[in-house]
Amino acid sequence: MACFVVPAAEAVVTTVVHKVICAKEKKEAALSGRQKTEIAKPKMISFSHKLKWLNNMLWGGSALLAFEHIWHGEVTPWFPFLSAANSASETAEMLHEMSTVGVAMAVLVTGVWMGMTVIANIIEKRPQQKMETNPGELS
Amino acid sequence: MTLLTAVFAAVSSTVLWYFKDGKNHLKLGTLSLMYWGAALMWTVDAVFAYAELGMEYFMPAPADMLNDFFLGISVTALGLIIWLVLLLFHDPKGVVKQALRKDGVS
Repeated sequence: MACFVVPAAEAVVTTVVHKVICAKEKKEAALSGRQKTEIAKPKMISFSHKLKWLNNMLWGGSALLAFEHIWHGEVTPWFPFLSAANSASETAEMLHEMSTVGVAMAVLVTGVWMGMTVIANIIEKRPQQKMETNPGELS
Repeated sequence: MTLLTAVFAAVSSTVLWYFKDGKNHLKLGTLSLMYWGAALMWTVDAVFAYAELGMEYFMPAPADMLNDFFLGISVTALGLIIWLVLLLFHDPKGVVKQALRKDGVS
């Protein structure tokens, strides 16, 4: 009925968080540029970049699901935009669906993203670990 | 059927990204994430539908199946259109910018 609204709302929040973190990272990068360290750190994927993955999944998924709802006539181009908002009983049903299916969608997408970030961290550390355990392998 | 179509679109775009666009110049990573997001959301939808309908969920009427497949194809097409707009807007290879400059000169 309107389950895509929950992940779309999460997408709004994560987009704002992404913008804030991006600005913070840029500030930090400018500061660290001034204070040059002796040992150069290997380039890692920034958290803002990883958060962009979540944004893409949430926005993309919500947009495609919104299209499905238009297809089924559940979203209308006129006020109140949701056909279920026309009667009290349908509104209650819609809110129930949002709190169950919608929340589950947001939780699953966020959970998968968390898994992706953990795996990305492991992959990023992989060559370094090899170097530490078998330092003579490459020579 | 819609879920299956989205999963196939997500897998295909991920494979294309892996072999052809590792640096995401063509924004195929963004496209695959969009499809994965939709596929995950439809998975949840399918689980809830299965909990409600039981085995009946796996035996849809042919007309419903066709409609769902048509919807899946349309959703895939919409995803491709969104991706194309993003690609042309970001213009990673500067092709659009170059074309606009040429038009401006001529």
